[in-house]
Amino acid sequence: MIRLAIALLALAALAVLPRFVSEYELGLLIGMASYVALASAWALFSGHTHYISLATVAFYGTGAYTVAVLNESLPYPAVLLCAALIGAAMALLVGLSTLRLSGIYFVIFTFGLAELVRQLITWYEVSITGTLGRYIFLDLTARDIYWQMLALAAIAIGLTAWINRTRLGLALRAIGDDEVVAAHSGIHLARTKLVAFTISATLITLVGAVGSPRWVYVEPLIVFNPTVSFLTVIMALLGGANRLWGPLVGAIPLFLLFEWLSVNFPDTYPIFLGLMFIAVVFVLPNGVLAGLDDLRAWLGRRGK
Amino acid sequence: MTLLHVDTVSRFFGGLKAVDQVSFEMESGTIMGLLGPNGSGKTTLLNLISGFLAPSSGKIIFNGRNLAGARVDKIARAGIARTFQLVRILPSLTLLENVMLPAVFGHRAHWGKEAERVAHAALQKTGLGDRANASAGDLNYIDQKRLELARALAAEPELLLLDEWLAGLNPTELQEGIRLIESLSGSGITIIMVEHIMEAVRALCPRCAVMNAGRLIADGETSTVLSDKAVIAAYLGDAEYA
Ligand SMILES: Nc1ncnc2c1ncn2[C@@H]1O[C@H](COP(=O)(O)OP(=O)(O)OP(=O)(O)O)[C@@H](O)[C@H]1O
Ligand SMILES: [Mg+2]
Repeated sequence: MIRLAIALLALAALAVLPRFVSEYELGLLIGMASYVALASAWALFSGHTHYISLATVAFYGTGAYTVAVLNESLPYPAVLLCAALIGAAMALLVGLSTLRLSGIYFVIFTFGLAELVRQLITWYEVSITGTLGRYIFLDLTARDIYWQMLALAAIAIGLTAWINRTRLGLALRAIGDDEVVAAHSGIHLARTKLVAFTISATLITLVGAVGSPRWVYVEPLIVFNPTVSFLTVIMALLGGANRLWGPLVGAIPLFLLFEWLSVNFPDTYPIFLGLMFIAVVFVLPNGVLAGLDDLRAWLGRRGK
Repeated sequence: MTLLHVDTVSRFFGGLKAVDQVSFEMESGTIMGLLGPNGSGKTTLLNLISGFLAPSSGKIIFNGRNLAGARVDKIARAGIARTFQLVRILPSLTLLENVMLPAVFGHRAHWGKEAERVAHAALQKTGLGDRANASAGDLNYIDQKRLELARALAAEPELLLLDEWLAGLNPTELQEGIRLIESLSGSGITIIMVEHIMEAVRALCPRCAVMNAGRLIADGETSTVLSDKAVIAAYLGDAEYA
């Protein structure tokens, strides 16, 4: 209860923050909220199951593109609803065909998926609609976008907290430990994974949709940038993907770090991304929060 | 009442007949020992019954329904639980959570207080009751075996498959283990136990079946089966029992 109160207070404080910051800082806040939402939504499925999905940008880009296509013909809430439905439908399709794959095959497939979606949209735009690149004109201020993104981040974390207490959460953790045991305990593996993957992917699609007006101009090469997928994974793993607040803890500092790197070292920045990826996997496979716990336990033992 | 009818079931791995036209029936509430030299197909047979592997041919009728080739979780929910020859626990979950799984998702599908009650009872039975909130990954080998059995029990199964669950226990633990299985059998659970420890088979199983090279070469009253010439020959071929 107290935790919930603290979380709500923090959320309220974050909601009034735009009053006190510059336009540039507000942009940073939007970026942070986006990546907290992305990493938390990603971890909702991958955190417990250990299925490393690199499909994040496939859904994120689809969300952004949906807004680009529909923003002139439908009211904004309807556009968001469409984005969510398209994301969910895509997740079901992808999930049905991939969630039986294990380990590295799943990783590779999800990585390929983003590329596939990008190529499909490019082909469709060029050969059917005869355009490539679209403009998004929506009557939304940066503050509006920030609030929506903040809400999405809160929803992703809140939903994760709720799922953790349900049968679904227990099933996901069992699947992450040993699918054979999970199945022998009566868990329907495919359905469980599909449900979590779809919830996660729908949230990710919405992050893409809500953030899209910031782009103004959208084309496949921009919105299907694989860096988004890698960043999301690194952030969630760094903070600790199986912990409620882990993705947030990883996303905020890493977003700021990569923002700084991309401004100051635009050419070498992908190398840092790669190094970071390796470092996280080798040094802190369970994330910073778990690392802190280990450190505390170690200090405690030394203290005795 | 016939609970299980394994009807000419086979499983091939390439050219290898791991289980070859095996048939037998089990009455509800009975216990049967399953013996045989290494590699004779005992684990494979359990895998076929629990659904971990699909039979190449044949039927597995459980409670009147043919479960051959059905999904593992469906078979688990139908009331079949098992332990594994190589212990499998969920190391990042607590003991209680390990055992909650089948209570929640298994045969009876409880939730909330009732699931916890069933899970605690299963831990209690296997002597893990006071460590419900410990992490399963911290358990030693014997306790992992206990946890595995507790997990199987929490499913409240009608049929329990034990794959050398008594292997690796010291003499005291072995006696405890035998008593535990005895009480489970007494409570009405139907049990198939794969076991190399003859002492345990003699103590627990009025009936036993023997496999050799995938085939069921004997099935009947335990003392008769163990003095059967073909059975002795099969074991003598295996240095471990010579
Ligand atoms: N998944 C598999 N793929 C290929 N061959 C297998 C597979 N599982 C079992 N086998 C083979 O099937 C045969 C029977 O193996 P199984 O594990 O059932 O024997 P077992 O009677 O349980 O032996 P043990 O007493 O050593 O446990 C062996 O030759 C084994 O190598
Ligand atoms: Mg075996």
